[in-house]
Amino acid sequence: MKKQGLKELNGMPGKHPLSDLLRDDRMPHIWCPGCDIGTVFSSCLTAIHESNIDYNNFAVISGIGCSGRAAGYVKLDSFHTTHGRAIPFATGLKIAKPKMNIIVFSGDGDLFTIGGNHFIHAARRNMDLTIICVNNFTYGMTGGQVASSTPFNARTSTTPDGNFERPFNLAYMAAAAGAAYVARWTTLHVRRLTNSILEAFNKKGFSFVEVISSCPTSFGRKNKLGPPLHIIQHFHKISVIKNGIHPKDANLDIEKEIVVGKFVDIERPTFFDLWEEIYPPKREKGAK
Amino acid sequence: MEGTEQFIMGDTACAEGAIACGCKFFAGYPITPATEVAERMAKRLPQVGGTYIQMEDEMASMAAILGASWGGLKSMTSTSGPGFSLMMENIGLGIIMEVPCVVVNVQRAGPSTGLPTLCAQGDMMQARWGSHGHYEIIALSASSPQELFDITIKAFNLSEKYRLPVLVLTDEVVGHMTEKVVIPPYDKIDVYSRRISTLPPEEYLPYVSDEDMVAPMVGIGEGYRIHSTGLTHDKRGYPVITAPVQKEMMDRLIYKIRNNVDDIVEYEEIEMADAEIVVIAYGISARPALKALEMARDSGIKCGMMKLITIWPFPEKRIRELAPQVRGFVVPEINYGQICLEVERCSAGKTEIVLVSHAGGAIFHPNEILEVISRL
Repeated sequence: MKKQGLKELNGMPGKHPLSDLLRDDRMPHIWCPGCDIGTVFSSCLTAIHESNIDYNNFAVISGIGCSGRAAGYVKLDSFHTTHGRAIPFATGLKIAKPKMNIIVFSGDGDLFTIGGNHFIHAARRNMDLTIICVNNFTYGMTGGQVASSTPFNARTSTTPDGNFERPFNLAYMAAAAGAAYVARWTTLHVRRLTNSILEAFNKKGFSFVEVISSCPTSFGRKNKLGPPLHIIQHFHKISVIKNGIHPKDANLDIEKEIVVGKFVDIERPTFFDLWEEIYPPKREKGAK
Repeated sequence: MEGTEQFIMGDTACAEGAIACGCKFFAGYPITPATEVAERMAKRLPQVGGTYIQMEDEMASMAAILGASWGGLKSMTSTSGPGFSLMMENIGLGIIMEVPCVVVNVQRAGPSTGLPTLCAQGDMMQARWGSHGHYEIIALSASSPQELFDITIKAFNLSEKYRLPVLVLTDEVVGHMTEKVVIPPYDKIDVYSRRISTLPPEEYLPYVSDEDMVAPMVGIGEGYRIHSTGLTHDKRGYPVITAPVQKEMMDRLIYKIRNNVDDIVEYEEIEMADAEIVVIAYGISARPALKALEMARDSGIKCGMMKLITIWPFPEKRIRELAPQVRGFVVPEINYGQICLEVERCSAGKTEIVLVSHAGGAIFHPNEILEVISRL
């Protein structure tokens, strides 16, 4: 079969099935060939599409980094903020627009290294946000430096002889800080991932979906993980679904075993529930 | 509170000013000597249907007020030196995204932890240039609780009008000073709220400005589906990483302030008709300066005073006018010379300028200023 060039594809009738959620005028995107962010991004858009929630009731907030560019490609109210500060920005927006579904879409370095403090505090408050974290174990945009999620011993441009710091278990941290919903999937588990994001939208409270992803360009090359397809095949080989286990036992060893599944799905009063208990709505203006 | 006279602290008056002009969101972090602003907001906001949230740090506080302001709420935070430093990056985000909000800095002596409970005026230049990149900012100064009340309202109005974070600069002494504050009935207060575009979503672009170079905003969640970014962006709000778009965006960010300086700048002139020596003072230092002026007049010196209310943009037009007409400017400030540098720049060698400097931790004694006036 003759290979289709970009020009021919553009000439094809019809649109991308999710084009009503995409800023087509911003294509092509900046993500490298083989990058997994697109998979997470499509899962997120598919979930929005399938949610039956009015698109105008969504807003997407990102921080800085490759994953942080998602906010710029989604055709919704969207904000691309500063490095690490997507969650507090989203917190302010959510308080102003409590009925909206606020999605924070960002990377591991942004959400957990520079922005880790905001993550745990938003979880503690049970702020009603959906956090989608593309965990590709590295700072991709700057060329692959060590992050707080980088596996022990992994090679990065700033750990040329191996990472000697221990990484965070993001799912465990989320649960320990008070998240109402915690799930982890890899980019292989597209259907389950999409379902989890959908569940997270409908969950009242702080919801966290971690997506184990590959960064073939920066992380993959340095760690000799092979071409993008090999990494996905590797995810297939070593991932184990263990729904409902305590996230402290959700092993994440990119050589031997990646435990995935839905780990936490609990009812806990949100920031708004507790606020309204103390300050019932319709309290008279200017009361003493 | 409205329509009453209160005997309240400067920090409290600041919070009451915010409430009086419709502030509905405050995100902050405790810090001496600004804590009482947050405490008052925590008590008052729920009474008026607003929300107070204590964030995990000042970076988060600043980010949260930007988010809430995009969500349509008049938003504010307050802090002092160390927290002001932490807010700087997101103040820059507010500048580039063009988000109305108010940041109050009740100054204390630095550098670093410095003198947490004692006053200074050392952040004047940080207010001007503290965030990276070149930008214009609006900063106002207050020398009494009443002024803090009034200026906080003015700060909200300017932020809503010109779409940027507006800084309120005061200091520990004013913040903690208790004086009479007249709170007018709220409907007697001039309140300016952001212009909202009437264009339908398919025609609206978030960074197309009106004649005054300010772009109207729209509500979030109303179908406009806007994008805003900290990256250099075009009229659509889309990132464009080129020199021409940088220039187009920067020109607007800079000139929306520079072209409207006359609308923004406010100062007070005292005994200026025949003044040969002019004290240029702001914040708490304006008060001992006023006493020094009276003492100088008593001894026959033709002294006047220009009290700065707007610090940034700097009232340079007036200072340029005055410089060739007077024998000298005396600039008392609780730092080693910050606003004095601006006075020197605007005077362009046309008159003598004497800095009266104080390291911080206390305010001037009027005699310290009088002595310099007498020497000129």
